[in-house]
Amino acid sequence: MLPLIQREVVDRGWLSKEDFIDLFSVAQSLPGIFAVNISIFVGYKLKKTMGSVVCALGTILPSFLIILLIATFFTQVQDNEWVEKIFKGLRPAVVALIAVPCITTARSIKLTYVSMLIPVAAALLIWIGGVSPVWIILVAIAGGLVYGLKIKKN
Amino acid sequence: MIWLQLLYVYLKIGIFGFGGGYAMLSLIQADVVDRYKWISLQEFTDIVAISQMTPGPIGINSATYIGYTAIHNAGYPPFMAVLGSCLTTFAVCLPSFILVLVISYFFAKFKNNKYVVAAFTGLRPATVGLIAAAALMLMNKENFIDYKSFLIFGAAFILTWKFKIHPILMIVLAGVAGLILYW
Repeated sequence: MLPLIQREVVDRGWLSKEDFIDLFSVAQSLPGIFAVNISIFVGYKLKKTMGSVVCALGTILPSFLIILLIATFFTQVQDNEWVEKIFKGLRPAVVALIAVPCITTARSIKLTYVSMLIPVAAALLIWIGGVSPVWIILVAIAGGLVYGLKIKKN
Repeated sequence: MIWLQLLYVYLKIGIFGFGGGYAMLSLIQADVVDRYKWISLQEFTDIVAISQMTPGPIGINSATYIGYTAIHNAGYPPFMAVLGSCLTTFAVCLPSFILVLVISYFFAKFKNNKYVVAAFTGLRPATVGLIAAAALMLMNKENFIDYKSFLIFGAAFILTWKFKIHPILMIVLAGVAGLILYW
């Protein structure tokens, strides 16, 4: 999605490339939906609060309307035997489509054998322990702060 | 009651949804499927499949879809279900909307802020764990019904990982495989 946003925003002259890259890296470190976050940033840069509302709506509305259409339709046909057969095939593939980015993300952040323990522990706590992911995130932030600000300095 | 719960859950997902759509899935599942049981795990998997096939962010797609389905499953008429999807989509965007406005307003050098950098040394590896948990929680008897499911999983995994097949094409192929294998 990034090249698409960049082409529209930078090539129209709304933002300089440097500004865009700055906003991009900040938007990435915020919670929530990245595409929406960056559109709010761009909207605010251009036209303050009203601009950010308009840009957010512009990003949200197309997916919202498409999904609404599918949701109304799908609740009617989901018990159809052909649809059920198709989805029996889809479900295991969906798991694979989540497993692969898990591995590629793990590689891209260059986990060591020690730091590999963090995702393994997090996954097991959620999966087997039934721990809420919210706690995992809070502990990860706290751990990162302690490690980054105290331990790494020494 | 369900309206307030939906609002609460999606605000929470909006606040803690670090690390992109896939990492968000385990947050969504923990509340929507396990805690409040608005939809079954199968429905959740179907929604993820549909989200992957449609354009737009998975966070928005799943919020819209689950808002609609949760209200629909609770026995409300369709126009109320549409309101449900408006509510969840709004709620999932609101926290980061406020955050982005505040950051834009003060225009702090957020990116190089030492606290943010430090927090991310912990968040980044944890995100991998969140994605792994999402995948593991979907590997159950509802989604893996027989040996054919494992065949499809193995094939989809190799095609996506080694051959970099596009997710939409992968979903279409898996659907065709389902039709043929379960004929």
